[in-house]
Amino acid sequence: MTKINLTVDGSSVSDDVEPRMLLVQYLREKLGKTGTVIGCDTSNCGACTVHLDGTSVKSCNMLAVQADGHEVTTIEGLADTVDGDLHPVQESFRECHGLQCGFCTPGMIMQSVDLLKDNPKPTEAEIRVGLEGNLCRCTGYHNIVKAVQHASGQTEGATA
Amino acid sequence: MTTLQDPPVDTSAEIGRDRRRKEDQRLITGRTRWTDNIVLPGMLHLAMVRSPFAHARITSIDTTEAKASRNVVTVLTGADLGESQGVLINAWAITPDQVAPVHQPMPADRVSFAGEIVAVVVARTAAEARDAAELVDVEYEELPAAIDLKAAAKDEVLAHPDLGTNKSAFWKFDSAEAGTGGDVDAAIEKARTDGIVIEREYRQQRLIPAFMEPRSTVVDPTGEQITMWSATQIPHIVRFALAATTGVPESKIRVIAPDVGGGFGGKLQTTPEEWLTFCIANRLGKPVKYTETRSESLMVAHHGRDQWQKLTLSAEKDGTVTGLKVELLADLGSHVSLVGGGVPVLGAFMFNAIYKFPAYQFNCQTVLTNKTWTDAYRGAGRPEATYAIERLMSELAAELDVDPIEIRRKNWINHDEFPFTSVAGLEYDTGNYEAATAKALEMFGYDDLRSEQKQRRESGDPVQLGIGISTFTEMCGLAPSRVLGQLNYGAGGWEHASVRMLATGKVEVVTGTSAHGQGHETAFSQIVADRLGIPFEDVEILHGDTQTSPRGLDTYGSRSLVVGGEAIVRAADKVIEKAKPIAAHLLEASVDDIEFAAGRLSVRGTDQGMALTEVAAAVFAAHDYPEGIEPSIDSEATYDPINFNYPHGTHLCAMEVDTETGGVKIRKYVCVDDIGTIINPMIVAGQVHGGLVQGIAQALWEEAVYDDAGTLVSGSFVDYLLPTAADTVSFEIDHTSSPSITNTLGTKGVGEAGTIASTPAVVNSVVDAIRHFGVDDVQMPCTPERVWKAINAARGGGEAATQGAAAPHFDAAEGTEGAGA
Repeated sequence: MTKINLTVDGSSVSDDVEPRMLLVQYLREKLGKTGTVIGCDTSNCGACTVHLDGTSVKSCNMLAVQADGHEVTTIEGLADTVDGDLHPVQESFRECHGLQCGFCTPGMIMQSVDLLKDNPKPTEAEIRVGLEGNLCRCTGYHNIVKAVQHASGQTEGATA
Repeated sequence: MTTLQDPPVDTSAEIGRDRRRKEDQRLITGRTRWTDNIVLPGMLHLAMVRSPFAHARITSIDTTEAKASRNVVTVLTGADLGESQGVLINAWAITPDQVAPVHQPMPADRVSFAGEIVAVVVARTAAEARDAAELVDVEYEELPAAIDLKAAAKDEVLAHPDLGTNKSAFWKFDSAEAGTGGDVDAAIEKARTDGIVIEREYRQQRLIPAFMEPRSTVVDPTGEQITMWSATQIPHIVRFALAATTGVPESKIRVIAPDVGGGFGGKLQTTPEEWLTFCIANRLGKPVKYTETRSESLMVAHHGRDQWQKLTLSAEKDGTVTGLKVELLADLGSHVSLVGGGVPVLGAFMFNAIYKFPAYQFNCQTVLTNKTWTDAYRGAGRPEATYAIERLMSELAAELDVDPIEIRRKNWINHDEFPFTSVAGLEYDTGNYEAATAKALEMFGYDDLRSEQKQRRESGDPVQLGIGISTFTEMCGLAPSRVLGQLNYGAGGWEHASVRMLATGKVEVVTGTSAHGQGHETAFSQIVADRLGIPFEDVEILHGDTQTSPRGLDTYGSRSLVVGGEAIVRAADKVIEKAKPIAAHLLEASVDDIEFAAGRLSVRGTDQGMALTEVAAAVFAAHDYPEGIEPSIDSEATYDPINFNYPHGTHLCAMEVDTETGGVKIRKYVCVDDIGTIINPMIVAGQVHGGLVQGIAQALWEEAVYDDAGTLVSGSFVDYLLPTAADTVSFEIDHTSSPSITNTLGTKGVGEAGTIASTPAVVNSVVDAIRHFGVDDVQMPCTPERVWKAINAARGGGEAATQGAAAPHFDAAEGTEGAGA
């Protein structure tokens, strides 16, 4: 067991973890942060995407011990409150129907936030490449792309 | 962007509105309840030990070391559990003499596909269970495996030696025998002398549904009822089948489908993992969880499609079709699963599609192999049928050198011919193929793209343009129970709903359908809000729990709106009828004078009236209500559909094919679907977009590939090519509307439409781009390699037009082509 201290969604947490424990397992099993999900075992799907010190990472692709001393933000910490104000990207996903079953959504939103941080006015092609590491089986990506465009202020409203 | 050509007279506040989804607040903030999120006190975890062999006898299993591993509770084998594990059912024996092996969740003696469970480790944590699973020592005696579908059909190697054959069932429909049309063989013979005969063989490759949420099951046996949470589309059917096969009374079983992350038919199953979790939780008396890894999911969650289609179409010299004969080989995999051989039969009535064939015959041989079993995948039988006929119609057009739109127009059912009884015996209630096609052609800029295609051909442009067409229809809204009975299906096709009027003015609607991403909570709320004249926000939709929703047949086959929605409409209408005598009593009027509109019950010709919600409050108090009736306006309804439901549409795809590399790129995709009345255009658009990409993915990218030993070589997301955002394009979609006349709201199903329609549109576009090289087919998925080889083979160089599998790094000389080779 290794002791780790980190900040998750604004709260300081401290635990003894097995060195082999993945960050996503730590989030789900130790902290109950079940908003972050596991969709594959080959780091292809991106469902587990979170932010590490403000940059997106696939939390299945790093160990919990590697997050020691860092700041992790999950989908549950993206908005200030649960029922209050949403992050603009969350709001855009709802507005543009960028989700159906919602399983890929936490990762998709976290990746989109990071994408827009790096490139506030992306083209459609840039959005598509920027989300290449996140799989969705429901939406055909059409409305996810629209949601990111909407969040970037490049479209007026939703496109059904 | 949605246009209703013929809006219903009673245009209402909610139906047709782009309501944002009620479901989303939780989903976008991570406040979700996926099955794997559920943690119960003392819960134990399972890990499965799976066979690496496609076909083998289990000679010994040594669990000693695994049992001694840290925090392992026990290790169980098929011999340990015996009959207590129950058995997995096939709900649809398509013929009375269907051959089907017994389907034990965990066999004790012999495995019949790679991935079959041979032992289960129970431990305190999932990680410890997996660690110990590595320590289970299983000895196998490998047996010859039936892998290739065509070879298996010859019975040279048997998937289940004790059955004596791989042939499970032969199912036939013949229009002459059924009295719905003429003799197809006579039509074909006639065309051989004085007409046109198009003969083709198409491959429906094996696909994997690949829902994003891996399957997970939690069973808690500690209450009076045993509760199962499962990532399933079909909680009611799972409950029934558990009771029917385990001896546990149905009334002691509660099945809950909490948040379910997609299904696409892939969670329309009763699974070994569910049965084993149920059995082991009961055996140990403790809550137990099993969650599969993605690799397990791709390997053992049921696959879809996997057919060879031999097709013969006859026509007169002017292009008028005269006959269609279909001969299918369908790969069941190792067992006849829940729907199993019924999947190709769901396509049996659809190969004739929108065309006026005077003679039709459908033959299907289902075949057992030593591969993962197949079952429903989005469209289930109808994509296969639509692919075949839409490819053939384009081939007929090419043979005649006429525009593929023209050949369709010549043969389709005209809008003034509805209702139309098809050569397969179905009655299509409404449709307008002319209108949908006209709109699609205009949106697409068809003539301009044809001009550009011509210009590129003439200039010898290395990038050629192809235009693909699919004018599809499908049968959905499963299904009229009596028809299912005639087909020997093991259940009905009705749906149930209840409406509970709460004293505080809120309304609970219970549906027997079980959404897993479709947005039922929103769309059903819109329907009820309109029907009862109450605010959208005041409607709560409850589903997916057999204790809350005691009757239901769940979600698949584009049935939830057209069957489940109709049940809701009827239950809501009963609420109003029950409220009328109570309102009459309270308003001191005759019940005949009570009329209902916009949530109010009024006395005709007066200003007297009361809100429906006030009646609900009045019967809650029950201080004053008429003699002889119950103090409740809650109502329920069970609706058995009177017909299938027939959405249709015209899909157009423009494809750029780089003739130097074989690379393909979708330039434009337009579709106009006629799904009757639309409840929520935004949700419909989402269903269409997602459906399109799944159908396009079959055409261009996806294939489950086995090596000749029966090992799935596309068993991870590294190898199974699920499209990404970067692979796909934005779509232009619109609608025409011919409301269905077999349900109150005029709706038609849309869940599967995009998938059914798009695959042939895309392949037609690829073939159209390179037809001038002499190519008339490219096997799916149309990889750059296959396209390039098709071009170069036709040019007189290169190799055969199509390869068996999309795995060029496996050497064909070694016999490691895919199962479809």
